[in-house]
Amino acid sequence: MTDGPAGTGEPGDRWGGSVSAPVPEAGIPTEPRPPDEGTSGATFVQRGDRIFRFLATGSGAFVVALIGAIGLFLLIQAVPPLLQNNADFLTSRQFEAGDPNNLHFGILDLLLVTVEVSLFALVLAMPIGLGIALFLTQYAPARVARPFGYLVDLLAAVPSIIFGLWGLFVLAPVIQPFALWLQDNLGWFFLFSPGNVQIAGATVFTAGIVLAVMILPIITAISREVFARTPRAHIEAALALGATKWEVVRMTVWPFGRAGYVSASMLGLGRALGETIALMIILAATPAIFTGSLFDGGATFASKIALSFAELNNNLSAGAFIAAGLVLFVLTFLVNAAARWVIARSGAKA
Amino acid sequence: MKLQRHGLVVALAAAGAILLAACGSDPNAGGSGAGATSSANSPAVDCNGKAGLTAEGSSAQKNAMDVFAQAYQAKCANSKIAYNPTGSGAGVKQFTAGLVDFGGSDSALGSAESGPAATRCQNNPAWNLPLVFGPVAIAYKVAGADSLTLDGETAAKIFNGRITTWNDPAIAALNSGVTLPAAPINVVFRSDDSGTTDNFQKYLKASSKGAWTQDAGKKFTGGVGSGAQGSAGVAQAIAATEGSIGYVELSFAQDNELGIAKIDSGAGAVELTDANVGKAIAGVTVTGQGNDLVLDLTKTYAEPPAGSYPLFLATYEIVCSKGYDAATATAVKSFLTVAATDGQANLSAAGYAPLPAEFQQKLLTAIQAIA
Amino acid sequence: MSTTIDLDKAATAPTFTGISAGRKARNSLATVLMTLAFLVALVPLVWVIWTVVSQGIAAIVSSTWWSQSLNGLLARQEGGGAYHAIVGTLLQGLVCAIIATPIGIMVAIYLVEYGAGTRLARATTFMVDILTGVPSIVAALFVYAVWISIFGLPRSAFAVSLALVLLMLPVVVRSTEEMLRIVPDDLREASYALGVPKWKTIVKVVIPTALSGMLTGIVLALARVMGETAPVLILVAYAPYINFDIFGGNMASLPLMMTVERSNPTDAGADRLWGAAITLILIITIFQLLAAFLSKVTAPKTK
Repeated sequence: MTDGPAGTGEPGDRWGGSVSAPVPEAGIPTEPRPPDEGTSGATFVQRGDRIFRFLATGSGAFVVALIGAIGLFLLIQAVPPLLQNNADFLTSRQFEAGDPNNLHFGILDLLLVTVEVSLFALVLAMPIGLGIALFLTQYAPARVARPFGYLVDLLAAVPSIIFGLWGLFVLAPVIQPFALWLQDNLGWFFLFSPGNVQIAGATVFTAGIVLAVMILPIITAISREVFARTPRAHIEAALALGATKWEVVRMTVWPFGRAGYVSASMLGLGRALGETIALMIILAATPAIFTGSLFDGGATFASKIALSFAELNNNLSAGAFIAAGLVLFVLTFLVNAAARWVIARSGAKA
Repeated sequence: MKLQRHGLVVALAAAGAILLAACGSDPNAGGSGAGATSSANSPAVDCNGKAGLTAEGSSAQKNAMDVFAQAYQAKCANSKIAYNPTGSGAGVKQFTAGLVDFGGSDSALGSAESGPAATRCQNNPAWNLPLVFGPVAIAYKVAGADSLTLDGETAAKIFNGRITTWNDPAIAALNSGVTLPAAPINVVFRSDDSGTTDNFQKYLKASSKGAWTQDAGKKFTGGVGSGAQGSAGVAQAIAATEGSIGYVELSFAQDNELGIAKIDSGAGAVELTDANVGKAIAGVTVTGQGNDLVLDLTKTYAEPPAGSYPLFLATYEIVCSKGYDAATATAVKSFLTVAATDGQANLSAAGYAPLPAEFQQKLLTAIQAIA
Repeated sequence: MSTTIDLDKAATAPTFTGISAGRKARNSLATVLMTLAFLVALVPLVWVIWTVVSQGIAAIVSSTWWSQSLNGLLARQEGGGAYHAIVGTLLQGLVCAIIATPIGIMVAIYLVEYGAGTRLARATTFMVDILTGVPSIVAALFVYAVWISIFGLPRSAFAVSLALVLLMLPVVVRSTEEMLRIVPDDLREASYALGVPKWKTIVKVVIPTALSGMLTGIVLALARVMGETAPVLILVAYAPYINFDIFGGNMASLPLMMTVERSNPTDAGADRLWGAAITLILIITIFQLLAAFLSKVTAPKTK
């Protein structure tokens, strides 16, 4: 394991170094220069600095290597089953990996369901998250804002299996009339056409709403932090010009925090893409293909992997699911890279 | 001084952790196993074997293992068994690797698996002992239909989409006197891979006279319906959806108060009861040699004894015939003996079928032969 | 905020023309919309918490819930407790923290004190961001691929901890980095002027100054990873008894206990499921409060 030995080795070295330090240190104080380059002075200083510097740099390099290792090891496990795959990995809609002698797996439907449910959640959560963040930082008095901030953060502490059960058994029956109304009145539009599962509420629609609730704390937490940092001077300048509260928000807070808000939303999207248990409980499986409707069932990458992994007993079948996990990894990589690009381009530091 | 304050915080945290670690306990199971002790045919077992047995495998027999473990502790207070329900494949793998004392599996060892298993048993054959039988219910929810009878062929056609409405003539022919609505049938299946699905599809394949053209396997292959996660999910989905039908272990159908279909294998409708499942188990042909009790379920599925309920799954304990060290052999024998005798008392409440007497004898003979 | 309202009034009333009706309307509309967004978000929050509390409270007030495991109990037998799962959750979290914290702190030190502006530092920052977004199931699959598929080691609680490290590490790096950055350079320079070597300046001056924020970040990161379900689902098997051995055998944890009891259709199963949920929320909340408390108690008196 790559991070096992590195993880346990470093703290030992570090604390060992600091404990043995005090004795020789007494002789050094006459050294006049900033010793950070370690150019002269006692060899101990040089050695201590070199070791510490090496550990710090090594840790940095370790993180870089770690991401590479994740991609690499997933790839190593994914290649053998991909070579024996009897279906096209990217365009097939069936994922049959139980029989190692007859692998038949493609990710198209998994990809489509994953993307649709996550985007739907994002569309719901982004405006509400923005509203909460602005309300708590700009509108609500501090005395109210803090406890309510904690309250929203509490959402993040609820385990995802609970969101799944709550979504399917408590929320779904309540929103079912609205779902049916959408199908009856807007059914001509592909998003609202009648779905391919018969279990009431076990749809992308319910799942998306639940996911939106789950990513809300992530979006608000970061946005709140950014909006709260709007320079006081900007706000007061706008007020001095006679701006209304809304105009202050629009002209100072929003331009300042926009990039942070976008990157917060992207992080939320990343979380939604990878959510496992809640979706595994809510989404009904279906042998039918995914039509793009919000009232379809299906499986996401993560829920599909979790549904099958417990019964797997050979590396080839496991590898097929690891291949799906690799695609999910690449997807979240792209989303996060996009978020960084947005921040970098707008030049604002989040 | 600041560091002292930090130190205080850390010390408090550590003290809390130690306190927490010191005060928990595993409850003693022996007292609560009411009814498990002193049944008439309670045999004498040797409690001086290895104290901690380990086993791993099929999750379908997990609740039965809990019942057995309780009975075992009631009998031998100092002996424990840990059964890890990680799936049949893992059970066979761990047994073959010598990491657990016996394995649990939904299917007998295949030809490729028995060689390595024999190596693990110091070159003695490993035996498949079918100890746990779980009836599978075809559960339904249809308003106004308080009874429903199906045969293998009709069930297969429902589950692969060739029968799509409740008032289909094929269903009506089996259910004279029951009014079934003209509503569509909504099939619910397991979305996760499971041995229950595997056995159910094997049953359909064997009993449907060719109507089930799909494969068996841990994934549902019927091609219709909606999938829910786990037996709990399936049962809840059926309960919540009018006109739905699915397959779950007996206890899930009972706990969700679902209708349970009777099965007509040619000689009239048979209800799912312990006795009727027992009749089917008693009639199973053993294809293994000697004490290796491999069962031919396909034959029972296709031609069950008259008046028996044939839809059940059998799970095996995979044990070494010889090759354990003495302490382990004693413990394995004691545990399996208790499981096959005292352990049968509470099985029914946990959703399993108790062993019929004749079959129990066969098992005990095999268990006694372990050395 | 009250001062801005005063400013608003003072600036507009005497000197300028009144605010047009359109602007006023837009202003109130925005206020209403934002308040509404907040209230809308409160609905699911209160609803979820209410569901959990009303379903789970009966289980956790039982006398054995906090002190006993479920060993030897049948699926439909009441009694027993979640002690084994609480121990597992805390143990896995602790091992994860022991590994992730030093690495995370060293990475942050590298980024702030050594690497600033270099290519490796930019790459590291980028990768930390990527790591932040890695789904827990991908982290679990990675550990599975290395630990189980390649090394052939059995599933264990330690494998879970390793997966959690991947999730905790970026959070620790981010919060520590931020805290190190706000340590004033004056402190560093004063230390250098006394001839203290750089590494010792970091250990004895910079870190103690930033410690309160760092501790908060670490505790919050820990709270975040303890509720993860995907790693325990893939990397360790459930055990109804107490197990302290992280390298061998099965170990329960609260999320795992919930998934297992989910397939227990009896009333006892429902009690255990919701009881475990409420317990997990309580533990995470306690950790969050602890973080708030730590930051208050250990905060430097300056600023």
